[in-house]
Amino acid sequence: MENNLPKSVSEKIPFWRDVRVLRVLFQVGFLIGILLLAGILYMNMLRGLRGLGLTLNLDFLNDEAGFGISEGIAYEPSDTYLRAFWVGVINTIKVSIIGIVCATILGLVVGIARLSSNWLVRNIAAIYVECFRNIPLLLQILFWYTAVILQLPSVRQSFTFFGGVFINQRGVYLPSPQATSGVQIWLGCLAGGVILAVILYLVRLRKLRQMEQPGFPAKWALPAFLLVAFVGWFLTPGRPFTWELPALKGFNFAGGTYLSPEFSALLIGLVIYTGAFIAEVVRSGIQAVAKGQREAAKAIGLNEFQTLRLIVLPQALRVIAPPLTSQYLNLTKNSSLAVAIGFPDLFNVGNTMMNQTGQSIPIFGMIMMSYLIISLTTSAYMNWYNRRINQIGR
Amino acid sequence: MEEQAPSPVMKPPTKSKGILRWTKENLFNTWYNALFTLLAVVFLYVVFKGLLTWAFTEANWGVIPANLQIFLVGAYPKDEIWRVWIVIYTLGLLLGLSAGIWGGLALRLALVIGGVGGGVGIILAFFPAALSNRFGLLGGVALLAGSLFLGRGRKELRLWVLGGWLLSFPWTMIWLHGFAGLPTVFTSNWGGLLLTLILAAVGIVVSFPLGVLLALGRRSNLPAIKWFSTAYIETVRGVPLVTILFMAQIMVPIFLPDFRLDKILRAMLGITLFSAAYMAENVRGGLQAIPKGQHEAAHALGLNYPLTMLLIVLPQALRSVIPAIVGQFISLFKDTSLVTVIGLLDLLGIAKTVIANPDWLGLQAEVYLFAAAIYFVFSYSMSYISQRIEDALGVG
Repeated sequence: MENNLPKSVSEKIPFWRDVRVLRVLFQVGFLIGILLLAGILYMNMLRGLRGLGLTLNLDFLNDEAGFGISEGIAYEPSDTYLRAFWVGVINTIKVSIIGIVCATILGLVVGIARLSSNWLVRNIAAIYVECFRNIPLLLQILFWYTAVILQLPSVRQSFTFFGGVFINQRGVYLPSPQATSGVQIWLGCLAGGVILAVILYLVRLRKLRQMEQPGFPAKWALPAFLLVAFVGWFLTPGRPFTWELPALKGFNFAGGTYLSPEFSALLIGLVIYTGAFIAEVVRSGIQAVAKGQREAAKAIGLNEFQTLRLIVLPQALRVIAPPLTSQYLNLTKNSSLAVAIGFPDLFNVGNTMMNQTGQSIPIFGMIMMSYLIISLTTSAYMNWYNRRINQIGR
Repeated sequence: MEEQAPSPVMKPPTKSKGILRWTKENLFNTWYNALFTLLAVVFLYVVFKGLLTWAFTEANWGVIPANLQIFLVGAYPKDEIWRVWIVIYTLGLLLGLSAGIWGGLALRLALVIGGVGGGVGIILAFFPAALSNRFGLLGGVALLAGSLFLGRGRKELRLWVLGGWLLSFPWTMIWLHGFAGLPTVFTSNWGGLLLTLILAAVGIVVSFPLGVLLALGRRSNLPAIKWFSTAYIETVRGVPLVTILFMAQIMVPIFLPDFRLDKILRAMLGITLFSAAYMAENVRGGLQAIPKGQHEAAHALGLNYPLTMLLIVLPQALRSVIPAIVGQFISLFKDTSLVTVIGLLDLLGIAKTVIANPDWLGLQAEVYLFAAAIYFVFSYSMSYISQRIEDALGVG
């Protein structure tokens, strides 16, 4: 049989035309090229470092930092560089988490408002989205910082809201809850409330199943829990929490929770910018739910809010989750713009460390590793969430 | 015969509803919508009253015309600004001809740019303290319109115009930088909107092919190339652009001491390498959407890998991700503002220096709002064009 085949096929293919050999050769060549490039860069780096009189190691991390950090967890200028970097990491995580929560709420509200049947609400939401997502975030942050917050009245002429919130050019002062000795009694009440609520929830769930009717299973449990918490609050001698109000002492406020102008400007900028993008994500997610689903919900007699809560949002969430993840990651990475207004996030602290020690290569490595770890953790969590919501009914 | 009664003639349902009816249906159709409407009206009243009062009584807009030139071109010497005009006219001519020859996307781009340019030109013409050659913009719009008219249906000019686009980039750089006898304007003097647009243009032009290569690399079945591309894309996408820009500033002199790249070139390098990773992910989305049969059919026809990609896969893949790519261009344009952090004087950097000028103290809001308006016009125009392409192609 073999003799019937054309000559070229039965012949052995020369190795320079054999695809399998070529593949290997091509990759080996590519790797050699990359290694060569890396080698040249490495030699250059060694030469440059010798010129600067630096050696490549991490010993400097145990030296005294000697610079102050305006806010964050406990830190003294006499602490080590490692501690200073850690303060920056915590500040980045703090602003990212608060920013993500606020931006999600804002984006959800605006995204739903963009689909409202109310013409005015719909268009206000559209104008907000188009305005804020087409202007660079850095410009917005600088605007909030220098044109708004730093132009606020001085400490003595602060804007005051509800007698406990003070806003002035030094930042925002909020009342903070302080636990009293009675807090344990109230926590006990809450524990009892939770047990009661779980029992009521299960009872109602069983009843609903028996009657084979749709309904909200927490309809009894939720009010019962709130009632217990509410009554417990007033029965506790001296109330479980008191509000510690910021008070003017000397030239500044003391007590309460304090948000610095830098933190406030960064947070406002991040939330308003990312909120506009999240609104678009939410809107397209809701629009991706087939029209028949809404019509069917209407046909079985659900009202507008029930349709949204039970039919549209659960399905829209599956479409929303992946792009939402990338918005969360963007917000986290964009928090590095803090360097422009002097908020001590991890990049800003790292930058100061580089200026002081000249160890730019290891510090850049640390900064990049930190962002990569934060990014990977966030996307791992969101992927897990994504899988969870996708399992339902598929 | 019983005569059939003619069916009663009914009037067609009215299409125009009248303002009261419209208000009732769109603003007050339910009790909560009525509540929302009232809240929205109060909100609008408070915001607009504050904004308009500020804009017309308190704001000092004099800072804008007084600094208009440095907003637009930075420290570019006054006597050499005609070179910028030459570049603008060249690009206008090319765009007009392309719009006339191809229509479609080029036509939309020309219409948007012509419209914005014409509008700004008319506003400028009424400004007392505007650029000395303030009618230049209107001239540019006229040139655009003229070349559009000339190029209509002239298919034979295609290759010439394509060649013109290819040469337009070096042409721009040569004119801006200076050659043979012309005084050299160093890149450190380039600034303002000019620098912003150059950074964005370089970033877009260079990161696009890089991104396509990286996307192909990530989809490749050669493990070494796949791993390299994936590692590059994921690392770059995991860190902020500010980090990359600082690295380009600090690390390039350490790793490449023999190349004396100036600050602007290093910024371009950082922006391009950053944007390429995002571009690659967008292109990959398009590549994944191409059915396997297309590859197999190309293989069956005897096309090798480069030809398969170039002739079969990429044209389809890129077409389906045009909206995502334009979105990436828009965010690249906005991201160029980050070079302010490393001390370049792009539009935002210039805004910061104007604010720091003791002659114009306390005018942060005016200056930033002006810069924001310029950024807005550019990005909104781009997203408007992208929307039109989406509608025209039926993708997205």
